[in-house]
Amino acid sequence: MSQAELFIKPLTSWMDGSGIDSDIVLSSRVRLARNICQIPFPNRANIAQLSKVEENVEEIIPELAEATGKTYQSMSIDKLSTLERNVLVEKHMISSNHIMNPENRLVIVSEDDKISIMVNEEDHLRIQCMVSGLDLGATLEMASKIDDTIEAKLDIAFTEDMGYLTSCPTNLGTGLRASVMMHLPGLVFTRQINKIMNASTQLGLAVRGLYGEGSEVIGNIFQISNQLTLGFSEQETIDNLTSAVLEIMTHERAARKALYAQSPDVVSDKVWRSYGVLKYARTITGNEALALLSEVRMGIDLNIIHNVPAKVFNELLVSSRGNYLQNLKDNGNLSPNEIDRQRAAMIREVLMNGSND
Amino acid sequence: MLCDDCKKNQACVHLTQITNTQKIDKHLCEECAKKYGELIFNVDQKFSVDDFLAGMFNNGSIDNSQMKVMTCPNCGMTYRDFSRTGKIGCNVCYTTFAKKLEPLLRRIHGASSHIGKVPKRSGGQIELKQRIKQMRNTLANHVTNEEYEQAAKLRDEIKEIEKEFHEGE
Ligand SMILES: [Zn+2]
Ligand SMILES: [Zn+2]
Repeated sequence: MSQAELFIKPLTSWMDGSGIDSDIVLSSRVRLARNICQIPFPNRANIAQLSKVEENVEEIIPELAEATGKTYQSMSIDKLSTLERNVLVEKHMISSNHIMNPENRLVIVSEDDKISIMVNEEDHLRIQCMVSGLDLGATLEMASKIDDTIEAKLDIAFTEDMGYLTSCPTNLGTGLRASVMMHLPGLVFTRQINKIMNASTQLGLAVRGLYGEGSEVIGNIFQISNQLTLGFSEQETIDNLTSAVLEIMTHERAARKALYAQSPDVVSDKVWRSYGVLKYARTITGNEALALLSEVRMGIDLNIIHNVPAKVFNELLVSSRGNYLQNLKDNGNLSPNEIDRQRAAMIREVLMNGSND
Repeated sequence: MLCDDCKKNQACVHLTQITNTQKIDKHLCEECAKKYGELIFNVDQKFSVDDFLAGMFNNGSIDNSQMKVMTCPNCGMTYRDFSRTGKIGCNVCYTTFAKKLEPLLRRIHGASSHIGKVPKRSGGQIELKQRIKQMRNTLANHVTNEEYEQAAKLRDEIKEIEKEFHEGE
């Protein structure tokens, strides 16, 4: 995807609805935190040191391309418009933290959007790999390959006992954060989600909303990730997370089935009404859109709605976001009301083109 | 999300507290949150790991008088900077402030040490040691699960690798 396309295309290949168990698992992601020896961490580094890190990393891009068979583009955050920066956050390509101090910050993105490397975020390097559906093994393998290539060129901070040294001591050890984005309307509607969240916390997992740390739950989308990084190998970490996700998935499927079996009329009325609102609304907020989209998606998964392809949901997850919409209209000064109007128009159009009725 | 305590009101505060023995993680409504008084670290939207860690630095039981003047030779970070930001300055800081960091790390990670990937340039010996550490963990699991046959087999394998390790030293 070219740089221009990156900002205007709603679907990224790691969220296109393909892959294993993708009816419930939207995407799997792995992030490795790495730092270069002797250079102060970004929060402590001066401009010269930050640009040295940028230089060091950019020099490795040809090797990265060769090792992974992909091409990469490097973008300076401060060269992007505010809207473009926020679109990258909405697409989960970079963290919101990464645009706080845009100077001397880079993001290196692979052509297929599956790899993004943040330079000078909280750590010198944050290597992120993402795939559609449930496959943490594939993402870890990809991230490790990139890590190997970088480590062959740069002196990465590491000690035998503490593992990879990170700016925040909570990431010490593997520096690995694996997370899985799940769509769990069944557990929410049957009021079991709190039980699941408590159990996950006890297993050392964190459960968050769509946009990470502290974010509220919208569209019944949850991110489940590991919290512990020291004392567990990379493989153990993703195995533990995967088995928790499979367990949650079993409960979600059971909950949907039970809901539909118990009150088929109520469920199908609810999902069709949501579809109706989305299809004809003239103005709609981002949160309402996601809530309704979640119900329509569940209706598709339950075989109640046939005429809409499931990936419309994935697409609208991104394209109904405020910054994306404004960037598309090339206008960062739209009023909230105008954004809600544009959003409704966009959803109508997507549903019109995507459906077969 | 409903409040974990009263299960009635909408939760708006995220309480995280780590003591020596356990971790408390709760979502609370405003009413119930008041009961926890000063223990509240953050409101859901604005939860910051940094503030939390800075707080933990300040709650350390070690005598701080000496630490306060200590400075990292590589990045110039002082102990005071730590207690303010909760962030480490550079990789050398981990050695400079090792003593002070130890109780903090134990509170975050338990008594664990690193298991997993090792940079290739740090040499094969560490990698071998890591492998032995991991196998010992698996061995302990087998014993807990009373899988004695697998445990015995693994024990022999560990012995083999340890022999190889000492020859390499
Ligand atoms: Zn309450
Ligand atoms: Zn330092």
